[in-house]
Parts: sequence; C-alpha cells; structure tokens
Amino acid sequence: MSVLTEHAGASTGPQTPEPATVKAPSRAPRGVLQWLAEWWVLIPLALLLAWALLPGLFTGQDPITGVPADKFLAPSITHPFGTDHLGRDVYSRVVHGTSQTLMTAGLACLIGSVVGTLLGLVAGTAGRFADTVAMRLVDVLLAVPAFLIALILVTATEPGPLSLGIGVGIASIAIFARLVRTEVLRVRSRDFVQAALMSGGGYFTVLRRHIIPHIIGPVLALLAVDLGAAILAISGLGFLGFGAPPPTPEWGLLISEGRQYLSVAWWLTTLPGLVIVLAVMLTAALGRRINQAFRF
Amino acid sequence: MGGYIAKRVGQAILVIWLAYTAVFLAVQALPNDPVTIFLSTDAAADPATIAQMKAYYGYDQPLILQYLSQLAGLLRGDFGYSLSAGAEVTSRIGDVIGSTLVLAGSAFVVAVVLAVALVAAASLARGARLRKALLNLPPLFISIPVFWLGLVLLQVLAVQLGVMSLFPDGSFLSLAVPILVLAIHLSAPIAQVLLKSVQEVNAQPFVDVLRAKGAGESWIFFRHTLKNAAPAALSIAGITIGTLLAGSVITETVFARAGLGQLVLQAVTVQDIPLVQGLVLLTAAAFTLVNLLVDLIHPQLDPRIINANAGPPRALAA
Amino acid sequence: MTAKNTSTHPVVRIEDLSVRYAAGTLAADGLDLEIPAGQIVAIVGESGSGKSTLTKALIGLLPRDAQLSGSIRFGGTEVTGLDVHAWREIRGAGIGLVPQDPGASLDPVKTIGSQLIEVFRLHPQRSVPKKHWQSKAVDLLASVGIDRPEQRMKQYPHELSGGLKQRVLIAIAFALNPQLLIADEPTSALDVTVQRTVLEVFVSLARKKGTTVLFVTHDLAVATDIADRVLVMNSGRILEDRSVRSLVTESTDPYTKALLAQASAGHERQPVTGEREVAISVAGLTKDFGKGTDTHRAVNEVSFEVARGTTFSLVGESGSGKSTTAKILMGLLEPSAGAASVNGKEVTGIRGKGRYELWRQAQLVYQNPDSALDPRQPVASIIAEPMVNYRLGDANWRKARVGELMSQVNLSPELAAKRSPELSGGQRQRVAIARALAAGAKILVLDEALSALDVLTQEQILALLKRLQEEQQLTYLFISHDLHVVERISHRVGVMRRGELVETGTVDEVFSTPSHEYTRTLLAANPGQVLRELTDAASA
Repeated sequence: MSVLTEHAGASTGPQTPEPATVKAPSRAPRGVLQWLAEWWVLIPLALLLAWALLPGLFTGQDPITGVPADKFLAPSITHPFGTDHLGRDVYSRVVHGTSQTLMTAGLACLIGSVVGTLLGLVAGTAGRFADTVAMRLVDVLLAVPAFLIALILVTATEPGPLSLGIGVGIASIAIFARLVRTEVLRVRSRDFVQAALMSGGGYFTVLRRHIIPHIIGPVLALLAVDLGAAILAISGLGFLGFGAPPPTPEWGLLISEGRQYLSVAWWLTTLPGLVIVLAVMLTAALGRRINQAFRF
Repeated sequence: MGGYIAKRVGQAILVIWLAYTAVFLAVQALPNDPVTIFLSTDAAADPATIAQMKAYYGYDQPLILQYLSQLAGLLRGDFGYSLSAGAEVTSRIGDVIGSTLVLAGSAFVVAVVLAVALVAAASLARGARLRKALLNLPPLFISIPVFWLGLVLLQVLAVQLGVMSLFPDGSFLSLAVPILVLAIHLSAPIAQVLLKSVQEVNAQPFVDVLRAKGAGESWIFFRHTLKNAAPAALSIAGITIGTLLAGSVITETVFARAGLGQLVLQAVTVQDIPLVQGLVLLTAAAFTLVNLLVDLIHPQLDPRIINANAGPPRALAA
Repeated sequence: MTAKNTSTHPVVRIEDLSVRYAAGTLAADGLDLEIPAGQIVAIVGESGSGKSTLTKALIGLLPRDAQLSGSIRFGGTEVTGLDVHAWREIRGAGIGLVPQDPGASLDPVKTIGSQLIEVFRLHPQRSVPKKHWQSKAVDLLASVGIDRPEQRMKQYPHELSGGLKQRVLIAIAFALNPQLLIADEPTSALDVTVQRTVLEVFVSLARKKGTTVLFVTHDLAVATDIADRVLVMNSGRILEDRSVRSLVTESTDPYTKALLAQASAGHERQPVTGEREVAISVAGLTKDFGKGTDTHRAVNEVSFEVARGTTFSLVGESGSGKSTTAKILMGLLEPSAGAASVNGKEVTGIRGKGRYELWRQAQLVYQNPDSALDPRQPVASIIAEPMVNYRLGDANWRKARVGELMSQVNLSPELAAKRSPELSGGQRQRVAIARALAAGAKILVLDEALSALDVLTQEQILALLKRLQEEQQLTYLFISHDLHVVERISHRVGVMRRGELVETGTVDEVFSTPSHEYTRTLLAANPGQVLRELTDAASA
C-alpha cells in the first residue's frame, strides 16, 4: 500500500462518516426579543450612521467656530466631551467628523471588497494560470503595507479623503482576494459543485447558483471587520496629518490636535478615541454575528 | 525539500521584482517626474534648474533605461538619491533604522509571547467566566488605535502619575511603554488566529485519543495542540510585518522617538519620491524575506507540508 | 445476563445508565451491562444508536454538558463521580482505547516513537524503568506485526498507511496491558484485506494477554467474527445481549432480525440475461498521474463492456483505480491511453458541448450524499436543476416531473421544500438519485453510493436501485469495496487491484469459482465467515 494512501485514496476508501450534525435552520417566526438578542449590534451602528448623515439632529453646537471664552472646559452636561483650545464643543466635532471618517472608510471597503472578491473568484475558478497570476498579485499587495500604499498616493497627489480611501482600499484587496479564494476552494471541494456541472450547468450558472451564495456570508463578515480596520487606518493617517486639512473635523485629526494639550485637557484625546474604539468593536461584533448567521 | 526551498526563494525574488516594477510604474504614472513634483513647492525653481536637476538624477533618460539602471542599482544595494537631503537613500535610512528595529523587533517578540500566553490561559482556564473574559481581549486589543493607546498611557503615566517623561529620556519606561503599546496592537491578530487554530486542532480525533492515554489538558495543550496550531499563527505573524511598520511610525510619532517614522513623514511632506520609493522597496523586501523565513520554518513544525502542496486549482469547468 | 459469579469483580458493571445531551437527546436509556474478565464483547448498532455514548461514558470522555445517571463500576470501583486526576490514572493504564479513524487519531506532527513512549511518560509508575522505554516501544511495534520497528519509530504518521497507523494505535492501547480495551469501530476505515489482518493481530493480542474487550461496530459480520458475545443497540437501548451462536439461532427482536437478514443475505444473485446491446465500453484504458520520476499508474490497460439494463460492478480496495475509471467514463478526467465509450460515443477527448451531451445520458451518484447536495437549495430545486439547465419543458411540466421523480424514489411530497441538512442520509441519497435521473439519463455510475449509509438504509437503497433498473431499463456501473453489496446487485463483476482489472465474469463465476489469486484473498477477507457458517448450519 502506498505511503500516501490516506491522501490519494481518500475519495475511494471505505468510509463511514457520521451523519451530518448540521443544525436545521429554524424557520419558525421569531420574536422581536430574539431578533434584538442576535442583532442588537445594528442599533448602535445605525446611530453612528445617523451621526454621519444627520449630524445636526444630535448636536446644536457649531463644530468649526467656537466660543473663545469657553476654552478647555472639562466634560459637563452642556459639553459632554468638553471643549478645545478654541472653545469648540468636542462632542459636536466628533459627531460632525463621523461622516468624513465613515465615507473614507466606506470608499476603502468598497474598493477592497469589489476588486478583492472578483480577484478571488477568478483565482478560485478560472484555472491554474489565472490563479497563479492573481495570487502573485496578492503577494505584491501584501508585501507593501496598507499604510505605505496610502502614503505613496498621498505623496504623489495631495492629502485628502479621496487619496486616503483609495490607498487604504487598494491595500485591503489582498485580504478579500485570499478569503474569497479559500472559501471558493472549500465550496468546490464538496461534490455538489461537480454535480451541478454534470447537471448541465455552465460556468456562470454554477458560480451564481452554487458558489456565490456560499461565500456571501464570509465576505459580508469580512466587510464588517474591514470597515473597522479601515476606520483605524484612516484615523491613524489622519492623526499623522494626511487626511482632511484642519479645521475639518475628522476623528484622527481631532486626537492629533488634542495631543498638544495632553497635559491640560485629557478629554481632547481620550473621549474621541473611545468613540473610535467603540465603533471598531461594533463592526467586529457585527462581523462575528454575520458569520454565525451564515454558518451552515 | 530542495525543490520546496528553491520554489519559495524563486517566488520571493519574483515578488520583490514585481513590487519594484509596480512602484516604478506608479511613479511614472504621476502627472510629473519626481524632480518637478519635489520642486513644485519651491518658488525659486525655474525651468532651467529643474532641467539641470532632472539630468543630474537621470530623470531625462528614456523610461526603459531608467527602469534598468534603477534595477541594476538596486541589485548593487543602491537605492538612488534622496532629493530633499542630497544624500543617498540608503544612508538616510541607515541613519535611523537601528532605533526602529529595536522598537519593532522587541514589540514583535513581546506580541508573540503575549498572544501565546493569552491563548494558553484562555484554553486552560477552568472557569467559564474567566475564559470568556480572556476570549474577549483580542477583539478589544484589535479595536484600540495605537496612537490613542499611546496618548492615554502618556496621559496617565507622564501627566497624572509623573513616572515617565513625555519625551524619550533613555529611561526603562520610555522604551518599555512604546514597545508595549505596539505589542498589544500586534498581538491581537496573532492571538485570534492562534485561538481559531487551537480550536480546530482540539476538534480532531487525536486529541481524544490523547485524553484516553491519560494525558491532562495542559499536557495536551503544550505538547501537542500548540505545535499543531503553530503554522497558522506563524503565517499570520509573518503577515503582521506590514502592520508592524505602520504601527512603528505611529508609535514613534506619539512618543517623539527618532526613527523610520520621522523619515517617512518627512519624505511624504516634502514629496521626496526617491526616498519614499526606497522606503517602500525596503519594506517589501523585509516583508518578503520574513515570510520566506516563515515558509522555510513551516516544514520543521509540520512534516506534511512539503507533500501537501496540491498546486493551484483547476478551472471550474475543466 | 451471562455473568459468571466468580469471587472477583467483573471488569465492567453498568447499572441503569442514562445519558442525556444538552440538546435534549437521550443517548443512553437505562443500560445494564456486565462484562467478566477476558471476554470479547461486541456492540452493534447504527449511527445514533448510543454505542459511542456508552463507550465515552466508560472512559469518562462524555462532553461536559452531558447529564449522566446510574452507575458504572470498573473493577469494583465506581467511576461516575471521579475527578479528572483519578480518571487520568485509569485512562491509558487501566482502560485503553483503539479509536475509529486511524488517519486522524495520531498527532500528525509527532513521531510514532514519541507517541508510543508518551504512554510510559504519562504513567511512569505503571511502566518499565525509563531506560527500557525505547526498547519496550520497539517490542510493542513488533508485537502488532509492524516491520522494521526501529525505523518506524522515527517516522511521522503521514508516512504510514492506514493499516499501519491502526497497528500503531493498537500498540499504544496495549502498551500498559490495560484490563479493559475499548475498540471504537477500529477497522471501518480500512480495506477488507487490511481489516482482516488488523483484526487478527488485535484479537490474538487480546486473547494472549487475557484483556477484556468492548468492540464497537456497525458491522454485524465483523462482530460475529471476533466476539464471544454480541449486544445489539438501537435508540439508546440494548435490544439483545447474547452469545454469537444464540444470536443467530434464538434472536427474537425484529430489529436484530433485520440486521441478521441483511448480513447473511447474499445467495440471491442476479441471473445473467441474454444478449443485449452494449451501453458502456472500455478498451485498454490507462491513466498516469504525476510527471517524470513521480509517475503513478492509477489505471492500467483496463477493458470491459457493460450491457444495457444490467449492472457491472468494479470491486477493489482503495487506490485500485476504480474511481479513476469512473471519472474517465464521465468525461471528468482525460485518460493517458485507451478508449472509452458511452452509448457508442467516444468520451476520451470530449469537451464543451460533447460533455454536456454525455451528462444527459450518463450521471454520477456520489458516495457522500451529504456533500453531493447544495445545503442551501430545497429538494425540489435540486431535482429540477438539470431540467432547467437543459431547458426541458416549462415550469409546470418540470414541477410535475419533480413530483413524479420524487415518488419514483419513494420520497414523500412534503420533503420538496426541505433542504438537505434537514434530511436523513437515506433521503439525501434518494434526492441524488432523482437528480441523476431528472434529465433522462439511463446510465448511472454509482461511486460507492451505499458506503456512507447505515446498513438498513443500504438495504432500502439497494431495493430502490433494483426496482428502478427493472422499470426503466437502467444500466449501472457500480463502484464498491463492499463484496457483500456487490454480490447482490451485480450481473457481472470486475475485480481491480493496483490499476489492473485482474478478473471479470458473471457474479456466479467471480464469487463461486474465482480464478485469480487476489479475488480469492479478497473473498476470504470478507467478514462474516462465522455468521455464514452458523446460518448455513441453522437452515440445514
């Protein structure tokens, strides 16, 4: 018997697998409470989105022009996050900065997920040559850190949300491509893909009916996690001064401005930072939740 | 084995060459050449000066010659001239790289130790509540921006408690705190992958066979699970090299340390493209070499890897 | 109960044992069992019968959330309330385990030697002095019939075949001479000839050392071959507890009788019918894998013909090339040489449209119905899919046809909206068969199509396949390692070994008067000798 029998003969060997222990999805109507228990994470995320779209609803104070007499006020009822060196309300600046940060991060995710997913699908299904080319491309993208890709773009053009979003987006192509390729190969290892071809299905039919439905879950989950990662990357670059120029409120820039007053006003750095931590944790929780919901 | 090594080394060289080509093409795709861009902020620069400088740095030659001469220079270890300082790119990088290597290297080691300790504690914790708390740490770590954690620690340790200075003064804390900040950020992805891998290994039948032999949980974890789970964690550790660099730049800025971070920021601010190009290539090379090393360590950890290489997948319809 | 009341304790005494899992299933329901020293007891049952729960309870490895009640005594000690430390003393030293899947039961990144010596390291007080560990381990490997034991010590599991791995696991289980050995389906992942030799090694070691054995299997034939006593389990209960002889002659339980009937059936062979036209023809088929010095010949000069409306079986062990032959016939692999045709059309070199044309006439049914059905699609769309792709009829016609196909394979109409995770293994395989027939294929290649199913389910699918063949004049190419099933479904049989077709003939010729040496070995290794002798004696 060959030494490699275990690998080579796996499909022909006599095996007695246990029956599938996959849980049948429950199709009973679910109560609102159960929905809440599973998807509560959407509520704070929706609030964040509302901050971005309708900041005026959540704060009446001007984020750009402050009241000089009110500078360096510690957090209170009227100024929940305190005020900065120009007497601007920090909470208002955080709320108004949401759109800048989220839009840039969203642009990055859009680029990364669309290009990465296509690349991964091609690598996983279009044959050996396509796979080799796509994977070397991914290797190159991985080898140059996200941070530097964004910096090259910023150097060559000018600092701003567009070049930041594109740069961070290009950098996240690799991770989507790798995930999609792995998932496609996992699905392809099941017999139903071959059976679908033998049932007369063409390349795009099989892709649409049997492969894409199985990779949507992992891609959405990664999209949520990647949104968090993009927020981190963008606020980091904003902190270094490569995002929107002041006085535009942007989360990273806010903290960078507050840094000069570290010894007099702790709230300028700490509170906006907490918002970033919370936002990123929420996207990560959403990613985990999506993964669970799509598990079969 | 020999074939495996040759293949990996070949791939690494290919990736570095492709990265160089990509950066070269990206620079060419800019609306202007590096000299014009660099001098665009300088009001005193007239067309004659620009042409003179272009000729001096070789930017007036045909593209293919520029490509080949830069490539030849790279092979000799010559990364070209920095426009802003008139010094060689290699010497400018060489001046500051030591301090960054100390920071990044120590942070990497601390991150790996932290990740393994965290996963061990979470796997062996007896109480369900403690286990759950430990399992929630990596998602928390990964959500904390490096710059913010650094600032909060400075706020607490330097401003409130006064035990460290806001600027590097050579004290233990002024080195240890930046390393810790960077390590916490870096340990999260390693811990997450290691944890997932440990859970997958634990679901395999051989673990139950070990229990049936009379092995206890910590025996199984340290003697079997960890070695089985290590390759996946090693791969992700290799990939975090990119994150490490970005983290180092930010950490250096927060703690006002000299190093690559300052150089990168300066190069970007004054639009010194040859310097940025050199930094990118250096990072790509470092990343590729570390990952080559990871690939070469893999067979030591898992003897099956060399045989398991199935090659790229066939086309769906073929 | 057959307990002998000697002055010493029985090795195992279980009283009123019940186990309930967190999900609510009652996996063991009031079990009573007593095993005297030195006896070999086999537990037979299908998946979900509770046999694995019983063994897990015995070795203290039930999942944490399982609730256990009742009493388990091992050599007189109550073990249900023991803490982890006390259990560790017993496991490996007092109770040994031979696991189910040798391929995944050894740590892949540690050498054979270190995993064997690990048992001594875990129980230093029970083993020989440390300096003898190495030589003791080599002796153990030799005692289970492993050649070159010194070199094997340094090898990794992936360098060993499945049979050798199982021998290593047996050596580990016997290392400290435990009183009780639990063998959990130890040979069900192995080829028959390997199973035979591994079972021989295992039983002779147990007899020599006087070890008490609890042998769990789904295969009644294997159980009766090796055991003194057989327990039949179903739905968490012990239905029968008898000596092998009285199980065959005196069994009253209907479930046991069905198992017995399945295991001892085999003389009802298919008659060979007269001249018919050829549906499948294979000539000089050869397939090489790999390049250069690495070339491996998977199929070597194979030639056979299958007449329309009959079943031709390719039987052989893993790696014999039978599945590769099937894949070439289905146009999924290109052969290196030779010709193969389906319905008179050449399938070698077939591409694009030609392949889709072939798949309308011939379909493949997979071994594992679980993986062959898309878990996200309802049954009705799975069965309708070929008709949609080949643009047959309109939506109403297809709906009616799905209903018709489902009734042909005995699936009740209300399953149409269910998805495969909600179906049982047998139902899934029926869906797969219905899909294969949907676009009008009259030739089915059944690649180990019964192997993943429980024995009684196998029986039902077998009957279904026979009926469909008669009703619709189907032609089957049946690929299997299971001689028992092959004997009952085939008209003609081909025996494959290492890529070569060593013998072909009618089922009578091959099974009654085998001409090739290998066929005789294979038949001799087929489990169920004891059962056949006993049934023959009983019916005589």
